[in-house]
Amino acid sequence: MQSADQQGFLRNLTRRLDPLIVPLLAILTAVVIGGLIIWAVGGDPIAAYRGLVQGAFGSDRALSETAVWATPYIFAGLAVAVAFKGGLFNIGAEGQLAFGAVMAALIGYALPDWLHTPIPAYIHIPLAIGLGVLAGAAWAAIPGALKAYTGGHEVINTIMMNYIALNLTSFLLNGPMKDPNPLNVVARTPSIAESARIPPIFVDLRVHWGFVLALLVAAFMWWLLWKTTVGFEIRTVGANPDAAKYAGINVKRTIVISMALSGALAGLAGAIEVTGLNYRHELGFSVGYGFDAIAIALLGRTNPFGVILAAILFGAMRNGATRMQFLTQIPIDIISVIQALILLFVAADAIVRYIYRIRAREERVVLTRGWGG
Amino acid sequence: MANTSLVLEARGITKQFPGVLANDRVDFDLRQGEIHALLGENGAGKTTLMNILYGLYRADSGDVLVDGQAVTILTPKDSIGLGIGMVHQHFMLIPVFTVAENVMLGDETVRRGMLDRKTVAGKVQELSHKYGLDVNPQALVGQLAVGLQQRVEIVKTLYRDAHILILDEPTAVLTPQEADDLFRIMRELTKRGVSIIFITHKLKEVLAVADRITVMRNGHVVGTTTPQETNEAQLASMMVGREVILTVRKEPAQPKEKILEVSDLHVKDDRGLDVVRGVSFDVRAGEILGIAGVQGNGQTELAEALTGLRAVQGGEFVLGGVDLTGDPPRPITEAGLGNIPEDRQRHGLVLSYTVADNMVLCSYYLPPFARGLVLQQEAVDANARRLIQEYDVRTPSPYVPTSKLSGGNQQKVIVARELSRPVKLLIASQPTRGLDVGSIEYIHKQLVLMRDRGVAVLLVSAELDEILALADRIAVMYRGQIMDFVEAEDSDKESLGLLMAGIKPASQPEPAA
Amino acid sequence: MDWRRFAIIALIIGIMFGTVVLIGVSQNSALVLITSMLATTIAVATPLTLGALSGLYCERAGVVNIGIEGMMLGAAFFGWLASIYMNTVFHLAAMPSLLTGVVTAVVTGGLFALLHAVLSITFKVDQIIGGTVINILAAGITGFLNRQMFFGGGSVFGGQIPHSPGVLPRIHVPVLGDIPGLGRVFEQQPIALAALALVVITHFVLFYTRWGLRTRAVGEHPAAADTVGINVIRMRYMNVIIGGMLAGLGGAYFTLESISSFEPLMTNGRGFIALAAMIFGNWTPFGAWAAALVFGAAQALQINLQFLRQLIPPQWAFLQNSYVVGLAPYVLTMLILTGLIGRTIPPAADGKVYEK
Repeated sequence: MQSADQQGFLRNLTRRLDPLIVPLLAILTAVVIGGLIIWAVGGDPIAAYRGLVQGAFGSDRALSETAVWATPYIFAGLAVAVAFKGGLFNIGAEGQLAFGAVMAALIGYALPDWLHTPIPAYIHIPLAIGLGVLAGAAWAAIPGALKAYTGGHEVINTIMMNYIALNLTSFLLNGPMKDPNPLNVVARTPSIAESARIPPIFVDLRVHWGFVLALLVAAFMWWLLWKTTVGFEIRTVGANPDAAKYAGINVKRTIVISMALSGALAGLAGAIEVTGLNYRHELGFSVGYGFDAIAIALLGRTNPFGVILAAILFGAMRNGATRMQFLTQIPIDIISVIQALILLFVAADAIVRYIYRIRAREERVVLTRGWGG
Repeated sequence: MANTSLVLEARGITKQFPGVLANDRVDFDLRQGEIHALLGENGAGKTTLMNILYGLYRADSGDVLVDGQAVTILTPKDSIGLGIGMVHQHFMLIPVFTVAENVMLGDETVRRGMLDRKTVAGKVQELSHKYGLDVNPQALVGQLAVGLQQRVEIVKTLYRDAHILILDEPTAVLTPQEADDLFRIMRELTKRGVSIIFITHKLKEVLAVADRITVMRNGHVVGTTTPQETNEAQLASMMVGREVILTVRKEPAQPKEKILEVSDLHVKDDRGLDVVRGVSFDVRAGEILGIAGVQGNGQTELAEALTGLRAVQGGEFVLGGVDLTGDPPRPITEAGLGNIPEDRQRHGLVLSYTVADNMVLCSYYLPPFARGLVLQQEAVDANARRLIQEYDVRTPSPYVPTSKLSGGNQQKVIVARELSRPVKLLIASQPTRGLDVGSIEYIHKQLVLMRDRGVAVLLVSAELDEILALADRIAVMYRGQIMDFVEAEDSDKESLGLLMAGIKPASQPEPAA
Repeated sequence: MDWRRFAIIALIIGIMFGTVVLIGVSQNSALVLITSMLATTIAVATPLTLGALSGLYCERAGVVNIGIEGMMLGAAFFGWLASIYMNTVFHLAAMPSLLTGVVTAVVTGGLFALLHAVLSITFKVDQIIGGTVINILAAGITGFLNRQMFFGGGSVFGGQIPHSPGVLPRIHVPVLGDIPGLGRVFEQQPIALAALALVVITHFVLFYTRWGLRTRAVGEHPAAADTVGINVIRMRYMNVIIGGMLAGLGGAYFTLESISSFEPLMTNGRGFIALAAMIFGNWTPFGAWAAALVFGAAQALQINLQFLRQLIPPQWAFLQNSYVVGLAPYVLTMLILTGLIGRTIPPAADGKVYEK
């Protein structure tokens, strides 16, 4: 027989762990189904997953690569999560990221030429990153303003901005910003200057200080959203715009700020990738981040620390997938399927609850209020 | 005179919702040709019982008999087939459809695969004339006046040959004259063989029109009686379970300086129509001005304009000497306005937030709740604890989301928040809608208390009894204009009712501003 | 559909056609250019029209569906796969293979829609999230299977090299196709013609039949429909599935009518543009179709400009850059959504979860 104390402790513990239960079970279920799919097309699920885990965590290099993958995921996941908190659905992280990357690359390779002088790293890096952040913020502020002042739904507008960004970067990377090196045939920028590169943390591994920045930014976002008046306003507009208006909050301005903040984070993702990893921007490199970011934000329950964990998971999966494909010939696209399934089960947590018989919690993300306008 | 054969019998109906036993072994019957009133306060279980009879809910246990035969009602199709029709409190009409389309929905007449709108329109006209209901089949329902919309609902039931009619709070949206009209229609219907169940919480109506009265409280039937055998006080105590003081005790008002001056205000509604058309009035410190009128005559938009939630098209208003016309909510709140909004869950609270956060909803940016941009959580919590105690808000803790509180306690959170600021003018819009009697008593007491402390109170209410009980002066609003101002002692329901319907007695002098 | 919007649509299409005519009139007669543009417009507007109709059925019943993109992509892939399978493994002739493909595509769309319906209606997941899940799932599955089956060592096709049965042939429409000069416009492939027919059919169904009345009721005021005995859940499920099947037909256009191969993510945002067309058309079939034609015309403009490349005077050279013209549909969509071109009114209960 358990004493009242012990029962109370367990109940407390399960209550604290409750937010984690559904995401964990969702991942488990998705992994199982993914394994079934692998088996159905003739592969060996156990070997595949073993390859995956090995590739993600099996060595120093693996861990470093996982962190490398996770870095932009953290920023992009935060971007979508912040927008969610403001009651907005930012599907445009893809375009904001690309635009931010392009602008950061521009500063990275072109600024020393324009100024005809080398620039010290402690100026160059922040400038490059800063412009990337501003670019992303601006790219998101446009649909934000359209939503605030004309009621145009941000779902379609951000998607349109994605395609516009795609076309724009295609144009730039095939034209004015193309790497003039005669050996180069791909659409990409020249390498950025040494002074614009974020140094790696360890000498022979790719993981760079951008990863640490990501963790710091996540913590900062948590503080911003829950400990400041600005965050209070963002969350209130997201929870109930009518009450927010009565509370004296300028709803329209807050919508634009939320989107701009979201875009800034996405732009930061792109900028960090350019300055910390690739040292240039190449067309097609960032495809898919936008939708992954949505899954990460939802898996992390739109909480910055949850986003960190979810981003690391997704980074691990993407990283490990190459080794899995190398060892077992299973295409890396299976990861996309598994990630889609994870998203499915997290979004429809009722399914997971039904399967595993868990009682329901309160919170439900409500974004769809029709098309407004 | 109704004969005694039973057209409808409900025996032992029980229905459990999570956390609430809505119906507890309820027995109810309806005699042929009678008007049987079902009386009870909000949450007593009346609508649940009727929804079960109509097939929208399924009872956990119990039997229903129609015309003496045991029946199973699982969906509205079943009850409609048995001749039961229901007119809901919130109309079940589709605004963008015509009257004919609304009437035929679910029972459409089809010719060669296509909707036969003509035949339906013809039948609607016929029913309309027969019962004196006067509805135009081609009209778009969204453009009809509320009283007419209600008639469409009645036509809907007659179209399906209903002989048992359930009316849920039908007079909530009618003027006293329109209510009388409705009672006339009801008696006409009973003469033609229809039996009516009439749900309400208004005691006076029940005594005026019912043949029998059944009172429900907390899910069970307290008793059944007739108007001859009972009176208001007795019915009220049956509804609540204890002695109820039906009038608010208050001293005569001692009004001082003018706090709010409204001049020729013009406001448009969401559709762009002029809905407040040149309204002027003052409210003084220490008095309650009641704005009476049936909902939909511009009162909602007037209150929204005064709180900064809606744009002002013309005219101006001045609070405490400061012109606030066209300002957003924050400066108005800072100038000393307190607001108990009509739609408390939409404008008054963020339901997913804690009680503590809701209590600083309008002042989160000011010290002590914030230093610069940083929120001071301890100050917020201390404030919440103090207010919860002071206003007796029933909540397990300040950190519970307000969605978990009862309607009455949610309203208390709002009242506590608004009154904890230095307030010169308090606007209360439909403050007791949907609340239990205990909460209603509390809110009324608070309003009078504020008045006695020198606050100017603007009370907007569609409940005439509330206005008559609380207001010192009464302004009646009709179609966006104030028909007249009346001193409370000099007014009564009939004369107010006429004003509410837009009828100014010929002998009246010009309305004073 | 109000006159202002109609006039703007006519104006935009007129400008686009006019541009092409002005540029190319030295080489070809104006009539030839116009009919060629019109024919192309109708063809490329097909997936947009079908996507818009798909969205229409869903949203008129009250369910927001942004998963049309994913439904079309999934249908494009599986329809194509089926037609190849029939042609390669069962040695069916081209037409039956293609038709099997079309049927498979329609069924695929319906299945994805069923998933969306289950998520949104039964599990009450936020409808935009549900739609996003469909999109991500479709992208993942089609990418995975595409690589697995065609680049991985195809044991799926019984050892044979998979080959496609081509695309659906153009059909000669009896009366309209015989009009001298303009007849070319009506020489379209089956799915394009089906799209045109479906616009008319949808209009009829939505506004003149019992089904349409009930669907609209469920999308405007589900409680009202419930109280007169209509099964709201069932109506919503059925309309969403019909929508999915239409999206599936739209997907079939990509791989069975337009070109005969599959590229990952080949739908390229068309599903979202279709949604914008639906919104701009104020949730009516003819309105959505008109908007789809505008987008189609923009694409036709892009295509035709490429042919007229050598004729473009230097000042207009920037138009050559396909990125500029390629941007047009997206920018246009955003402008449309700002409501500058008239207010749009969605079904009143669109997007709201129905709970008793």
